[in-house]
Amino acid sequence: MPFPPEVLERIDRILERYPTKQAALLPVLWVAQETWGWISREAAEEVARVLELPPAHVAGVLTFYTMYNLRPVGRHLVQICTSISCHLAGAGRLIAQCRERLGVDLEETTADGRFTVVEVECIAGCDKAPSIMVNDTYHEPMDPSCLGQLLDRLAQEPA
Amino acid sequence: MSAPEGLVLLARVGRHNSRAIETYLADGGYDALRNVLGGGMTPEAVTEEVKKSGLRGRGGAGFPTGVKWGFVPKDTKGKPVYLLCNADESEPGTFKDRLLMEEDPHQLIEGMILSAYALKCRTSYIYIRGEFYLGARILEKAIAEAYAEGMLGAGILGSSFSHDIHVHRGAGAYICGEETGLIESLEGKRGQPRIKPPFPAVFGVFGAPTIVNNVETLCCVTHIIKRGAPWFAGIGRNEKNTGPKLYCLSGHVNRPGVYEAPMGLQMKELLFGEGFGQGMRDGRSVKAVIPGGASAAMLTAAEIEDCPLDFDGLAAKKSMLGSAAIIVMNEDTCIVDAAVNLAKFFSHESCGQCTPCREGTPWLHRVLARIEAGEGRVEDITLLERISNQMANGMTICVFADAAIAPVLSSIGKFRDEYMHHVEHGRCLAGPRAAAGGAGSFAGTGAVANAASGRGAHPPPEIPGA
Repeated sequence: MPFPPEVLERIDRILERYPTKQAALLPVLWVAQETWGWISREAAEEVARVLELPPAHVAGVLTFYTMYNLRPVGRHLVQICTSISCHLAGAGRLIAQCRERLGVDLEETTADGRFTVVEVECIAGCDKAPSIMVNDTYHEPMDPSCLGQLLDRLAQEPA
Repeated sequence: MSAPEGLVLLARVGRHNSRAIETYLADGGYDALRNVLGGGMTPEAVTEEVKKSGLRGRGGAGFPTGVKWGFVPKDTKGKPVYLLCNADESEPGTFKDRLLMEEDPHQLIEGMILSAYALKCRTSYIYIRGEFYLGARILEKAIAEAYAEGMLGAGILGSSFSHDIHVHRGAGAYICGEETGLIESLEGKRGQPRIKPPFPAVFGVFGAPTIVNNVETLCCVTHIIKRGAPWFAGIGRNEKNTGPKLYCLSGHVNRPGVYEAPMGLQMKELLFGEGFGQGMRDGRSVKAVIPGGASAAMLTAAEIEDCPLDFDGLAAKKSMLGSAAIIVMNEDTCIVDAAVNLAKFFSHESCGQCTPCREGTPWLHRVLARIEAGEGRVEDITLLERISNQMANGMTICVFADAAIAPVLSSIGKFRDEYMHHVEHGRCLAGPRAAAGGAGSFAGTGAVANAASGRGAHPPPEIPGA
């Protein structure tokens, strides 16, 4: 699965920032995830090819970091922080609420492909605990009522 | 708009359009850079000024910044020098750098250019945690503005000094906040800390001399060069703890947030002061306070009396200022439950490189969880202490394991009665679990659709019986 030509041009510009090709690995994995939504084995091999790295190195790096998706995720990746300040503020209740409302366990995706819910470690939203992110956007502070409204809104978005 | 009385680092937060270079310039921004590059100071003079200011690193270790800069060899043997801004803010309870980058990016950029000038560094990187997508976009925009105004690029402001800054996003790994983990990650590898020496100032990223400084530290440099070392050194509790400081207050207080105060603010002022936390929520009392992020030993309510929030004030209490993340827990909090939560964090975030840490952190989590669940034995408390003592104090490459055991050992030492109550009665001594937010289990791995994370490759083994 080759990168589209315009993406390869973007990768060329990324490479200009670094003295080695390997240093561009994290940014190029981000590009791969933006391109395909998740990083399959084939996508990882394509990254290895363009950066001239051993596929095993790419695989090792890919699995070290938590933000690269190793399988498809829902359109809305709901990330609930459960680290100490959010825990003290009742983050556990938000997890339970998501499970009930969406009928899936953590890290599973709803049948309509809209939602995946995951637990994450501290996302630096502790003064607005509990803090959550949906994809790249913070939603904080959260409580069961706000979360209910947010999930309703996202569920009603046109497919 | 004039800056709120006395604020330095947060002076521009809340100002209309605070992120834009126009407002930054209007507020006297880049004046320090203009002065320095206009012939006002040599690179050596800038380093000397930072040394004299007494500035100590704001990321956690509190090492004197100017001294760190001084470790870069005079003769780099043709290698470039790199400056890395550590914006991987991931210590639970910490959220000050996010605010600085999102609200006043040019304050950081100016500090980086000044620091780079002192270090004779051509290229720097801001290593920003992956979750700070907004912060990264804001920084990229601000950097583009700085290039357009001639503050970055070749021949800055007509001088012979040239500098480039690149934003580099991480991808979710607490350990990349450790400076050699950050360096490895920037090189496109797993963020596993390096054995030291050699220290980064001699052999850092791409094998070249490298200085890693925290966001807040670099922001301080802007003001030190602008207003002088004596001004900076005149702020704070004493000559070892100088300058303005950002405190991240969270937990059971009325008004959590980022607060700026002279280094050495009294803990009780931060928790109860009118301009700060405004006291405990719902009139509850304090049970415990974590003063420096998850890695810092907990303090009891008695210990926060006469407790200056600075490097030495907290070291005297056998804890640490760390990232100045003050997490307050009220009387209804189950300390064992809090310890389970902290242990789960460290278990998830261990990079897996050293056996005592990779194996020890999940053991601690599992033993704590079984005590919390009412299935613990009296011997488990000793077991926790035994495991902890075999993990840290030089058994591993970095200090992650030392951080992981701090909440465990301090909570056992200071709240042993709560552990004993759990073991003997199978439930909490403290108020209702719900009050501590302890609903639901924490069995999830926390990995973002990455259950097979290569870091925790081995499932935790059975806990050895005591």
